[in-house]
Amino acid sequence: MKKVLDIMQKRAKQLLGEGIVNRVIGWKTGEFGYDQTPAVFTSAAELSSLVYDSFSAPNLSKYLIEETKKEGKALVFLKPCDTYSFNQLIKEHRIDREKVFVIGVECSGKVDINSLKSRGAVGVIGVEDNGEKVIAHTLYGDMEFAKDDVLLEKCRSCKGKQHMVFDELIIVNPVKEEKNDRFIGVDALDAMTPDERFEFWRGQLLKCIRCNACRNVCPACSCIKCVFDNQNSGVASKASPDTFEEQMYHVIRAFHVAGRCTDCGECTRVCPQDIPLHLLNRKLIKDMNAFYGEYQAGTDTDSRAPLTNYTKEDVEPNVISDKGGDK
Amino acid sequence: MFKIKKNSLNKLYAAIAEAQTLYIPCNVNGKPNFAVWGEGADVDLASLKTVKSAKEVFFPQCEDIVSFKTKGKEITVIDCRKESEDFVVFGVRACDAKSFEILDKVFLSDPVDTFYKTKREHGTVITLACSRPEESCFCSAFGIDCAEPSGDVATYFSGEYLYWSPKTEKGLNLTNSLKNLLEIANDKDNLALENEQKNIREITKKLPLYGLDLSKWGADDLLEKFNSEKWQELSSACLGCGACTFVCPTCQCYDVRDFDKGNGVQRYRCWDSCMYNDFTMMAHGTPRPTQMQRFRQRFMHKLVYFPSNNGGEFSCVGCGRCVEKCPINMNIVKVIKAFGGEGK
Ligand code: SF4
Ligand code: SF4
Ligand code: SF4
Ligand code: SF4
Repeated sequence: MKKVLDIMQKRAKQLLGEGIVNRVIGWKTGEFGYDQTPAVFTSAAELSSLVYDSFSAPNLSKYLIEETKKEGKALVFLKPCDTYSFNQLIKEHRIDREKVFVIGVECSGKVDINSLKSRGAVGVIGVEDNGEKVIAHTLYGDMEFAKDDVLLEKCRSCKGKQHMVFDELIIVNPVKEEKNDRFIGVDALDAMTPDERFEFWRGQLLKCIRCNACRNVCPACSCIKCVFDNQNSGVASKASPDTFEEQMYHVIRAFHVAGRCTDCGECTRVCPQDIPLHLLNRKLIKDMNAFYGEYQAGTDTDSRAPLTNYTKEDVEPNVISDKGGDK
Repeated sequence: MFKIKKNSLNKLYAAIAEAQTLYIPCNVNGKPNFAVWGEGADVDLASLKTVKSAKEVFFPQCEDIVSFKTKGKEITVIDCRKESEDFVVFGVRACDAKSFEILDKVFLSDPVDTFYKTKREHGTVITLACSRPEESCFCSAFGIDCAEPSGDVATYFSGEYLYWSPKTEKGLNLTNSLKNLLEIANDKDNLALENEQKNIREITKKLPLYGLDLSKWGADDLLEKFNSEKWQELSSACLGCGACTFVCPTCQCYDVRDFDKGNGVQRYRCWDSCMYNDFTMMAHGTPRPTQMQRFRQRFMHKLVYFPSNNGGEFSCVGCGRCVEKCPINMNIVKVIKAFGGEGK
C-alpha cells in the first residue's frame, strides 16, 4: 500500500504542477490511524498528508457534485466500487465528467474498525494490515485478526477489482478477484415468514436515531431537497413519532434509490446503530435482477435502468404480488 | 461503601425494577443502548459507550407535548403531560453524568422546562467508573475523573465485586431499600478499590487524547474565532448528517413538530441538529445557509457561546461519541486542535 500511496502522491503533484488539475480529492489521516477524512488538497505541500491504506473507506464520488461546480478540474482517487457511484452520478447528470480527472487505485478490501472493536479490540491506537492479518495495537495490548474476518461489509461482498471508469490507473499489485455471494443475507430473509421478516426489520429499525447519515452519505441520495426535509411535504420528520414513520423513512429511501443504488455499501458502513441497510437495497436488487434481468447500476453511463425502461419481457405485476407483494 | 458479587447483579436489577423502572445499557439488536430492564435483558455494562447517551432518559429523542383531536369543527386539546414516576438509571459513565449538569443549566434555568424537570426529580442516577477507557475518550480535558464518577450512587467494578457508594440522599434511600442485597465493604475492599482507581487514572494518562488543551477556547476571542478561515477547511467534508449531534450527551436543541394523525395532530418535540439545513428555519429563511456556517455553529456553541453564558463551562464532556460515530471522522477534537489546542 505504501508503494501505491507514493505513486499517488507523485502523480497528484505532477498533475497539480502541470496545471491539469487545480485540486486533489483524497483522504487525510486522523488521530488514531484509522479515522480518515475526505479532504481537498491544493498544493504539493498539502499532499504530503494524503493517505491511502486499509482505512480509506469513504467513497469520494458524491463530493464531486459540489466539486465540479467549481472552477477548474479536480483529481479524484476512486476505488473500484467507488467508480460505480461515479458513473451513476454521471448518468444522472449530477457531476460534470469534463471537470474530473479520475485515478483508479487498487483495493484489497478496507478494514472495519467497528468489527475490530466488537471483537474486543478496546482502545485502538494503531492498526497494521499486512494483507493477511490485521494487528490492532491497543491500550490493553495487541490483538491479531484474520483480515477476511474484519473487512467492511461492502468489502466482504466486493463487486470486483475492476474500475468502471478512469483516466489513469495505479495498480502495483493486482488484487485477486474473489467470488462471493452478496445475496446470502437476503436469501435468509426471503426464507423467513412475512411475520418473522417484519419482526426482524422492526427490531433493526427501532434502533434508528434518524441521524440521516445513511442518506447523506449515499451517492444515490443526491436530491437537493429531500422529501423528509421538506416541511411542505407532510412527511418531513427529524425523529420518528411512531414505528410506522420509522419504517417509512427507510422503505421510501430504499425504493427511491432502487435501480440507482450501486450497492456501494456506504449506508451500512456509516450507520451508528449498525443497521444492516444493505439488506434492504440488495433485496430490491435481487428482485430486479429476477424480474428484469441482471443489472448493476454504475457499470456504464448510458444504459437504461430496469425501472426506467420498458421491454416486452418485463414481468407482469401479478408475478410480484404472487411473491407475497400484497401481504 | 457497599459491595455486591458480580454474579448477583441480576438480583439487584430485579430488586430495583420491582419498585421502579430501571434503565440500563443493554444489547438490543446488536448495539448497546439504554433500555428498560426486564427478566432476560442482555445487560451490557462492559461496553463503555452506549450509542445514544444517557441523556435520553431525561430528554428523550421524541416526546409528546400536546395533542389535538378534531371532529368536524370541534377541536379537543389533550394535555399529554404525565406525572413522572420514580425511575433509576444505572451504568451512567462519568462523562454522561457530567452532561446532566450541563443540560440542567439549560433546562432548569428560567423558563424551566417542566418535562425535563419532573424527570430529573424522579430519576436516581447510578454511575459506573470506567475500567477500560478508550482511545476516543477525553473527559479529563474537562476535569472529569472517570475513576470517580458523580451521581446519586457511584459504582465501580473491581475483581469479583461491584462496589457501591451512595453519594446523595436519593442514593442513600435507594441503598437502604436494597440493604438485604448489599454487603458492607471492609478495609481490604477499600484498598482494592483504591488500587483499581489508581490503575484507571494511570490508563487515562496514556490515552492518545490526554492533555487536549482547551485553554485557547472559552468566552474570549469570539469574533476572531467566528471569522477564522479555518472553518471552511474543517467543514469541507461534513455531510451535514446529524450523527454527531444525536449521539452527543450535551446537545440540547430540539424542534417542535406536528404529526398529522388523520383525525388530529400530535405535537411533539424531537432532537434537532444544528447540522441540518432547516435548523432554526424562520419565515425569512435560515440564518445559516451553508454547511460551513452550520458546522461552525456546533463547535462555537460548545466551545465559545455556551462557556460565555455559563461561567466558562464548556458544553462538551469529552465522551468521544462524535469522534467514533462521524461517518467522515471530523470531530470536536480536530476542531480544538486546529485552533491551537494541541495535545500533550
Ligand atoms: S445511519 Fe442508521 S441511525 Fe442514522 S438514519 Fe440511517 S439507519 Fe438511522
Ligand atoms: S443506498 Fe447505500 S449502497 Fe446504495 S448507493 Fe446509497 S449508500 Fe450506496
Ligand atoms: S461534542 Fe462529542 S465528545 Fe463532546 S460531549 Fe458531544 S459527543 Fe461527546
Ligand atoms: S461532523 Fe460528521 S457526524 Fe457531524 S454532521 Fe458532519 S459528517 Fe455528520
